[in-house]
Amino acid sequence: MALLLNEEQQLLKETAEGFFSKKAPVSALRTLRDDKSENAYDPILWKEMSEMGFAGLLVDEEHGGTGFGYIGAGIVAEAMGKNLSASPFFASTIISAALIKAAGNEEQKTSLLPAIATGETIVSVAIDEKGQHSPESTVLSAERVHEGFRLAGLKIFVPEGGYASQFIVLSRTSGQAGERDGLSLFVVDRRTAGLIVDTVVTADSRNWAKLTFENVTLDAAALLGPEGAALDILEPVLDRARVVISSELLGISQECLDRTVVYLKERKQFGVLIGSFQALQHRAAELYSEIEITRSAVLKALQVAGTGTDMAMLSSLVKAKASKTAELATNEALQMHGGIGMTDEFDIGFFMKRARVLQALYGDYNYHANRFARLSGY
Amino acid sequence: MSNLESFRTETRTWLEENCPPLMRTPEKGDTDLCWGGRKFSFQSEDQKLWLERMAARGWTVPTWPKEYGGGGLSKDEAKILAAEMKHIGARTPLTSFGIWMLGPALLKFGTEEQKQEHLPKIARGEIRWCQGYSEPNAGSDLASLATKALDGGDHYIVSGQKVWTSYADKADWIFCLVRTNTEEKHTGISFVLFDMESEGVSTRPIKLISGYSPFCETFFDEVKVPKAARVGDEGQGWTIAKYLLTHERSSISGLWDNVPLGQVAVEKIGTVDGEIVDKMLRYQIAEHEIDSAAFMITLERAGDEAKAGASLGAFSSMLKYYGTELNKERNELVLKVEGSDAFEWEGQFSNNGEVARRWLRSKGNSIEGGTSEVQLNIISKRILDLPA
Repeated sequence: MALLLNEEQQLLKETAEGFFSKKAPVSALRTLRDDKSENAYDPILWKEMSEMGFAGLLVDEEHGGTGFGYIGAGIVAEAMGKNLSASPFFASTIISAALIKAAGNEEQKTSLLPAIATGETIVSVAIDEKGQHSPESTVLSAERVHEGFRLAGLKIFVPEGGYASQFIVLSRTSGQAGERDGLSLFVVDRRTAGLIVDTVVTADSRNWAKLTFENVTLDAAALLGPEGAALDILEPVLDRARVVISSELLGISQECLDRTVVYLKERKQFGVLIGSFQALQHRAAELYSEIEITRSAVLKALQVAGTGTDMAMLSSLVKAKASKTAELATNEALQMHGGIGMTDEFDIGFFMKRARVLQALYGDYNYHANRFARLSGY
Repeated sequence: MSNLESFRTETRTWLEENCPPLMRTPEKGDTDLCWGGRKFSFQSEDQKLWLERMAARGWTVPTWPKEYGGGGLSKDEAKILAAEMKHIGARTPLTSFGIWMLGPALLKFGTEEQKQEHLPKIARGEIRWCQGYSEPNAGSDLASLATKALDGGDHYIVSGQKVWTSYADKADWIFCLVRTNTEEKHTGISFVLFDMESEGVSTRPIKLISGYSPFCETFFDEVKVPKAARVGDEGQGWTIAKYLLTHERSSISGLWDNVPLGQVAVEKIGTVDGEIVDKMLRYQIAEHEIDSAAFMITLERAGDEAKAGASLGAFSSMLKYYGTELNKERNELVLKVEGSDAFEWEGQFSNNGEVARRWLRSKGNSIEGGTSEVQLNIISKRILDLPA
């Protein structure tokens, strides 16, 4: 496959960019934040996104989706990154749908996938328990009891968890923290007795969640995929989700560069446009280069994501690179905007805050550089 | 698609039968490259055979038209050939400035006679070319060059000095930028070709910090150059030079050794629990390898975009900038991996200081072909459209 977008994908890109810049620009996120919106997303926007088919990108047609796949998902995520459009897209459409597709039995697929594709049901995934991403360190216990399973423990950093109605929860059914084996996934309804959902308003003005499981009893049918072998299913899905996160980071980086270049051509100091200063030109040109290098890697990974290939190394490469570039882009954008970049009134800060949250999600630069090295045999 | 698949099968079989054993082993250094030309002596019988066999098929220049000694391959076929060569570890049969730089410029700007005269000899490795661009007072500001070409009727009389002429002492011909008009800066430059054995040409090698002399100073003292040897119109030299530099930049960006740093470090330094003992170095290597893998993917993307008909333009400046900076960084890391072993300058153990000399040579990567700073200027002006 050539490393280019084909006509259909190019068309989707234009559609998505047009849609989000019109319907959910940065100003919409600002309004959600200032109004202290309960959900931190706009249900009307989400409905429209679903009608456009965006919510069902990874769901096959048989289950009511569009089956456009990861390249489409990346294109949409990049457009959302450019506009900082808030929605449950990533939590529900990307990672939850993919997990259910990979691990679910026919009944679970039928009950959840069509509802995700239409946007009616919002599902999120609960993996992390501490500040550092580390699925195998899972402690939250799922003990076998007469009725099925009983869950006890804590989950944090659950994307869009403040308003999701279902959670897929990574739990330990056997073994010790740090072991790959003994982990299992469960689908848990938000209203289940013993589950306490605390909304966490994050720096990026989104509603994430902390979940406390106080002896939550689940039916055996809540088990998603094989007992004790969740990581074998979760890792490939996470690797693909990381590429979609990288696409959003790429969108953020590109938008930061574009806005900065516009500013360099408007702002005057010492009687000239500051864009004529070589010190700033070179910073902008270096940033441009990093973004283009990142863009290639992201596109390659999106293409590979659609195949069954193991992509652990490529995914770590891309998540690491996209994280580093987004950190550079947001920092450089703020610096080159000068004092105005520090003001809340100006948008650049929103990009920086969203970028850092996404950089940390499912492993930051260091996590993935380390994983890349390990997978490379050193 | 099936055509391409059968091309792949045929190519694989042919390479299997025709690539001599020694040519499937990695080059130990620049001295193992085959440069061709009148003064070149082959390092081995295999090297000679490999060049002859590949040249006979036109595969030293796979995408050039057949009538000029090329292979007439489509870009897809050329990609397959490259992949199949890589697959068996085949060396490049011919390394040449004629292939990278002059050839593409002649194909675009040359007359039919010029193409007929020069391209087949480049393809067969018979004539080795050098590039006469930089001058003592025209480096980054190349267009201020002063080597003058006076009108002598049907010929020019060329006088002046060039510097950083790669392998001028080993080259047979030179493609050279000269000033045919002193009034106009850019449009006063013309592009001419002449034999280095012409009367009035002399060269002096420049010894570099690596101890090697890949570059020369080149002097012209009233050299007679027929006007028929001018490529393009009088005053069109700068346009041709820029076009050619784009090719040079794309080539330099892809020119580096791909030693898997992590593996070398594993062997050299050792591991605990599968990780290189020196944790800081391990981190630095991972950081570099991530950037370099993403860069390689970018070269692939640039190739695909060119194939789809897009003009790379100033994008090649980004590739040149990024690739050469990476190569310098890689060489610094090789030094760290080798530790004190890197510093033997003479002797068998180090193959006469191969690592150290290569490291020092890499410093020039971000200077030659336009410095990194010049590339960043080009990106900011032509891509980001920032004000002058």
